[in-house]
Amino acid sequence: MKSTNELTANVSDVTPKPKKVATGLSGKTKYRLETAFWWILSISIFVGIWELCWYVGWADPLLMPPPHIFLSDLPETFKFFDRGNIIGSDQTGASLLGVLSVLLWTTMRVVAGLGIGFLLGVATGLLSRYNRLFGNLSLPLVTLLAPISPVAWLPVAIFLFGIGNTPAIFMVFVAVYFIITLATLNQIDNVPVSYIHVARIMGATRRQIYTRVILPSILPGLFMTLRLNLFAAWMVVLIAEAVGVGSGLGQIVMLARNTFNSSLVFFSMTLIGLLGFMLDQLLRIVQKRLLWWLDQEGQK
Amino acid sequence: MAVPAVSCKKVSKVWKPDGPAPVVAIDELSFEVARGEFVVLLGPSGCGKSTLLYMIAGLESTTSGTIECDKLPVEGPSSDRGMIFQEASLFPWLTLADNVTFGLGLRGEGPDTRRKIASKIMKKVGLGDVLDKRPDELSGGMRQRVAVARALAMQPKVLMMDEPFAALDVQTRAKMQNFLLQIWRDSSASILLVTHSIDEAISLADRIIVFTSRPGRVKKDIRVDIERPRSTRDPAFHALQDELSELLADEVDRSFADQQRSVIGSHSS
Repeated sequence: MKSTNELTANVSDVTPKPKKVATGLSGKTKYRLETAFWWILSISIFVGIWELCWYVGWADPLLMPPPHIFLSDLPETFKFFDRGNIIGSDQTGASLLGVLSVLLWTTMRVVAGLGIGFLLGVATGLLSRYNRLFGNLSLPLVTLLAPISPVAWLPVAIFLFGIGNTPAIFMVFVAVYFIITLATLNQIDNVPVSYIHVARIMGATRRQIYTRVILPSILPGLFMTLRLNLFAAWMVVLIAEAVGVGSGLGQIVMLARNTFNSSLVFFSMTLIGLLGFMLDQLLRIVQKRLLWWLDQEGQK
Repeated sequence: MAVPAVSCKKVSKVWKPDGPAPVVAIDELSFEVARGEFVVLLGPSGCGKSTLLYMIAGLESTTSGTIECDKLPVEGPSSDRGMIFQEASLFPWLTLADNVTFGLGLRGEGPDTRRKIASKIMKKVGLGDVLDKRPDELSGGMRQRVAVARALAMQPKVLMMDEPFAALDVQTRAKMQNFLLQIWRDSSASILLVTHSIDEAISLADRIIVFTSRPGRVKKDIRVDIERPRSTRDPAFHALQDELSELLADEVDRSFADQQRSVIGSHSS
């Protein structure tokens, strides 16, 4: 079971709780070490059972190759990533660089879609409450469009934007925009009245109340909503890539499925999981920076 | 006669005036607050005393009657009239210093001026060394002191307080009352404080205005002539306690009976 150890070592490298050198084991370091321990144990048990199933012959290595098999021939696996990002472009050669470029493109699509969706969603929500006319005109539409699954938008995305980056970004945008708009409205309606009163007492104009009181007080809740919807966005981008973009991780999964390459399936699944996890951590850091007044421990 | 700081003339407030069951919260109420006077509005809960405060602050409109501050009719909130609520309601995304000078920021004061004023006022309320802390790092009593500082920063002529110490424990409450008296003596502002605590009213007020239960009217206007600092052991304190208890007990009984009637009424309809 030497390979099992290798994998757990890999995984613990990307866990976000860095094991700093324990100087006197402060409470924080201890907490981090403990977290890391449970992470490693949890994944080890899962991998261990899988490997065991293969060892005793229950898991067919062709269908369910355990980690030591699908991680064994990396250069061979990497070859599938070297088609370059854009259809018809030159081959980049089988290397880690190809993998990274694929990951980067997929991440870029998610981040762009999330960012645009978040900003426009918050703006729509704020404006709907600030300006009655705008709200009356836009809210029925938003409420009607919100329940439509982003996947149902896929053909529309392709009609509108053809093949390429834009439809994938658009799909992520759709997955986030309506939810954030509705969440913004809900958050605005739940801003403590006393905050508004305090601001009015001090002579705040309506605009100042929106920019200096309502906006900062709704941001924490909205960021939470954004984080919860990151995974939805992440799933949507894979579908978009599989169908409408012709590149990225989604395309690799499609390729693996079509060529019945189970090793590639599990390898890309691992990448998808890790990348999604890292994106969530990234959002968490952004959240910490942007919303400095919140106690991070209380925000999990 | 000097111009009163606040003057209410036949002020009424009716909730849902056009609905099937309009509720008269305040009924033709009149009273005046002199400049620099400390007036306590005392009454059972639900008698409309907070509503009156909100109307004087300009946060709520009157149904009829006029409210004037310094002879000017109240048409909306103004920084001349500060207000402190039951909860401190500090903004969690601002440091204490920025909370205190929030109103000055709205007027476009620069960061240097704001900082200077913040440190001066925070010193006054005994919190000079926690300018850069966050509101949630303070205890309830300290937060309420910051709320007072925030109101003082606007240099109000009238300071209104809606049960400001109700959420605090008894010991902190006594301390805060002393603190408030000190602040009041140092400023030239009139204070208008709403409470349902008889002891709090007697400890603080120049004048106590006792409210009737709904609809709110002035039941009695009592001048408190006990030398400060006031001790609860003072016989005069006791006498006033008894008088106020009796006045309030009547009202509480009445409002209880009313509530019962309305509950039974709504059941049978």
